[in-house]
Amino acid sequence: MTEPAADLKYTAEHEWVAVDGDVATVGITAYAADKLGDVVYVDLPKQGASLKGGSVVGEIESTKSVGELFAPVDGEVVEANQAVVDDPTLVNSDPFGSGWLIKVRFTELPALLSADEYAALTD
Amino acid sequence: MPGSAERNSPLHDIHVAAGAAFTDFAGWQMPVRYSSDLAEHAAVRTAAGLFDLSHMAEIVLVGPQAAAALDHALAGKLSAIEEGQAKYSLLLNEQGGILDDLVVYRTGPDRFLVVANAANREVAARELRERAAAFDVLVEDESDDIALIALQGPKSEEILRNVEGFDLPGLDDLKYYRAITADFRGHHVLVARTGYTGEDGFEFYIAPDAAPALWAAIAETGAGSGLVPAGLAARDTLRLEAGMPLYGHELGPDTFPAQAGLGRVVALTTKEDDFVGRSAVEAGPPPGARVLVGLVSEGKRAGRAGYPVMRGGAVVGEVTSGALSPTLGHPIAMAYLDPDAAEATDLELDVRGSRIAASPAALPFYKKEA
Repeated sequence: MTEPAADLKYTAEHEWVAVDGDVATVGITAYAADKLGDVVYVDLPKQGASLKGGSVVGEIESTKSVGELFAPVDGEVVEANQAVVDDPTLVNSDPFGSGWLIKVRFTELPALLSADEYAALTD
Repeated sequence: MPGSAERNSPLHDIHVAAGAAFTDFAGWQMPVRYSSDLAEHAAVRTAAGLFDLSHMAEIVLVGPQAAAALDHALAGKLSAIEEGQAKYSLLLNEQGGILDDLVVYRTGPDRFLVVANAANREVAARELRERAAAFDVLVEDESDDIALIALQGPKSEEILRNVEGFDLPGLDDLKYYRAITADFRGHHVLVARTGYTGEDGFEFYIAPDAAPALWAAIAETGAGSGLVPAGLAARDTLRLEAGMPLYGHELGPDTFPAQAGLGRVVALTTKEDDFVGRSAVEAGPPPGARVLVGLVSEGKRAGRAGYPVMRGGAVVGEVTSGALSPTLGHPIAMAYLDPDAAEATDLELDVRGSRIAASPAALPFYKKEA
């Protein structure tokens, strides 16, 4: 299994967050993608949508089950990844890269998990 | 075993080495997938897949009245099947509800093998024992002494023929729902042309200590033909496409066979004597009892077990199994609907708050080419 990348932050809901200035890019971890199985459908919030941290804002659906996308931060969606909507298998094949889900502009970053803390959750 | 926490299949080490992800199934740690549900599903439809089903329960009845005991205990007329033949049957309760669905093999003039769902092992063994008590027959739960491997898919027969050291007399004439006794490198194997995928295929009942060698031999023989090991996730989408019910989803103790479309499994006309559940089945389900239907919709979002089926503003049913069909590319589901909604074309699935249009479809959703 792919190790959590050290330069990313994580949540207990098995999402990763990459911070660049005031924009957070959000995806689900390889661990979460493996647990879900083949992703066949993703439902993402629209550009401009206002998100409340901790709330369910989308869905990642596999043949076998449905995963919820939680907003890791308060903020506004600046981009939803159309490539992953068109080809949901990107979530499995490249969860930390082209399988990213949304970019969110935030004002305040909440406490998130380090790679080591996240790895401890999935042991 | 009653009360035990977690059990491993005799093939567990092979699955771990193959990188399988595991799921708990009726107390067993079984492979849910090896790499990709969709790839494993597609392999079974186009080439072949290899499944470990060692969690299934096997109960053997032996004795001069074995056939009569099963006629009394089960819904079907098992005395009518010949040696080497298999039959799908139901274990009913007195109220006509389904305690388990089973496959029964006649493995000798006075010997039957009853294969039950893993979750129903205790119930099936206990009920068979109690119901057979007045007959001259022995009932043995042999689940711990029998492993089960399934080879499923259009290339199954070709692969099977090439497995080294597998002596299969009678394979040329082996028809669907028939079984033969075979020898794999000195081990006795019951080879049945049965399955739960909607494809041609075989199931192998073998001693647990011989199962790893058989698995490895089939996997190695089939690798060049596209065979892959397949997990329970693929097995579930395959059986759903094939319109086959799953106990705990489409079948349960409050469901009459007729509701599940299994009225034909109950031998009301051909069995003269009483059997457990007979009078309740003859009386029939209560008026307005829901019926099992297939539903299809467009798009990618599938209804799943427990989701309401709506018509107008009213709930008219509930999904029992559903998935985006890997073969067909659109969502499919099985659902219990109020009888007057069973043919309605203006149904909707409540998919976590969103309404998705759905319409009835004949089962099975998928049928292999003849």
